[in-house]
Amino acid sequence: MTKVYLDNTAGTPVLPEVKEAMLPFLGEVYGNPQSLHDWGDAARMAVDEAREKVAGLIGADPEEIIFTSGGTESNNLAVKGLALARQTQGKHVVVSAIEHFSVLHSARTLEKWGFKVTEVPVDKNGIVDPADVKKSIKKDTVLVSIMHANGEIGTIEPIKEIAKITKELKIPFHTDAVATAGTIPVNVNELEVDALSLAGSQFYGPKGAGALWVRKGVRIIPLLDGGIQEDGRRGGTENVPGIIGLGKAAELAAAQIQSRIKKLTPLRDSLLKGLPSKIKNVVVTGHPQNRLPGHASFCVEFIEGEAMLMLLNSKGIAVSSGSACTSRALKASHVLLSIGLSHEIAQGSVLFTLGLDTAKKDIDYVLETMPPVVDRLRQMSPLYAKFVKTGKGGK
Amino acid sequence: MPVYNEKVMDHFMNPRNVGEIKDADGVGEEGNPVCGDMMTFYIKVKDNKLEDVKFKTFGCGAAIAVSSMVSEMAKGMTLEEAMKLTPASVADKLEGLPKNKLHCSNLGAQALHEAIKDYQKKQKTGGK
Repeated sequence: MTKVYLDNTAGTPVLPEVKEAMLPFLGEVYGNPQSLHDWGDAARMAVDEAREKVAGLIGADPEEIIFTSGGTESNNLAVKGLALARQTQGKHVVVSAIEHFSVLHSARTLEKWGFKVTEVPVDKNGIVDPADVKKSIKKDTVLVSIMHANGEIGTIEPIKEIAKITKELKIPFHTDAVATAGTIPVNVNELEVDALSLAGSQFYGPKGAGALWVRKGVRIIPLLDGGIQEDGRRGGTENVPGIIGLGKAAELAAAQIQSRIKKLTPLRDSLLKGLPSKIKNVVVTGHPQNRLPGHASFCVEFIEGEAMLMLLNSKGIAVSSGSACTSRALKASHVLLSIGLSHEIAQGSVLFTLGLDTAKKDIDYVLETMPPVVDRLRQMSPLYAKFVKTGKGGK
Repeated sequence: MPVYNEKVMDHFMNPRNVGEIKDADGVGEEGNPVCGDMMTFYIKVKDNKLEDVKFKTFGCGAAIAVSSMVSEMAKGMTLEEAMKLTPASVADKLEGLPKNKLHCSNLGAQALHEAIKDYQKKQKTGGK
């Protein structure tokens, strides 16, 4: 059967070069990077090299990189750690309404610790208006955290413009760049942010390996107390194989980023245009142009995402969905509701995220497979029956 | 382990009794799109028995499998028997559902009960 993996936002494949680079560290190179003997030296030198590569990907200094267990830890560390470090100056934090849960729920935890949180809304394309960020900043604001791009709808946020505001007001600005680092050019000095999260599983590195970059001079309180690993900002023996894999993935991404974008963008566009032309009552979610290169997201009206996902899986296609039924908590995606979609429309969410192994024929296969899948579920749907009878209920 | 067992997958991939009954004796609707699932059941009654049962469902894999199973179980039952169907008995017959799908996706029996009540109400009011 044809197999087409279009769920790269959930996790990219690990590139063979990345796996090769990691293998010695799952075997013969087992020393602890903190040890002072030859075994430790071998591991430490490799970790240092990986640190340079990760720093190189985002135009940072290697000493500013804190290795973590991935995007979630990076975001937790940034939001909680940066806010706690400045809590004597104020207890107010600004985030956007469409942040990843690792940011939103960290902000919720801060609320339990006595902070106040403002959630900045987004427009129908998922864009944060820098003016709204400016308006939400108060005298006691100690952190702004707005994501670089949203993984569910693909929209890229105006981080540079927001950074102009936070810089002028001297408020630390963190951006969750998990969806962008390694995927589109990310340079911390061009973006003028103060902290930035990234994760290897988004750019052909291993799962369980990520980093938080924090600009020199910006204070942060560690979440994991322990030894002096990562300059005392993150205790715990280093995940050496993961870090080496992350470093290799960063090196490859830095070298290939433009060719990857060139490959993915036309494939994405043929899906973004093709699907709504083949199926009626389909809406593109997120910004039509200003979006991640391999990201095509939709809501198909009158049917539900999990059922779509399962039927597509039976045809060999892997996708994801932000429908209530797909989430363990049975809640519609906060991102889809924040861009103004109704619960009913949000239920039809389906998300195709393309990767380096995606070919034109895969997109053709999706465009040929989707219409009968949608039709089959619509024939079962009482909402569709109502729409056909009355012409009402469509967006 | 996959999220859904083979029995559930079979009813999802090959749902029984999908559709509407044009001159149904009773119609019942349950659920709403906010919680995720919506089911409409249509019944045809003869001699106090469910002669035909059809459904339409908007919802996830579990919701579709549940509707299919309810329709299969209910067909041929007396109205009293059908009123005794419960979400638990339907889930059992499907050999189990994921824990988080036991409630909102499992509205098939209620939707069927609404259709039976609709039929009974129409009987009392003498047809329409």
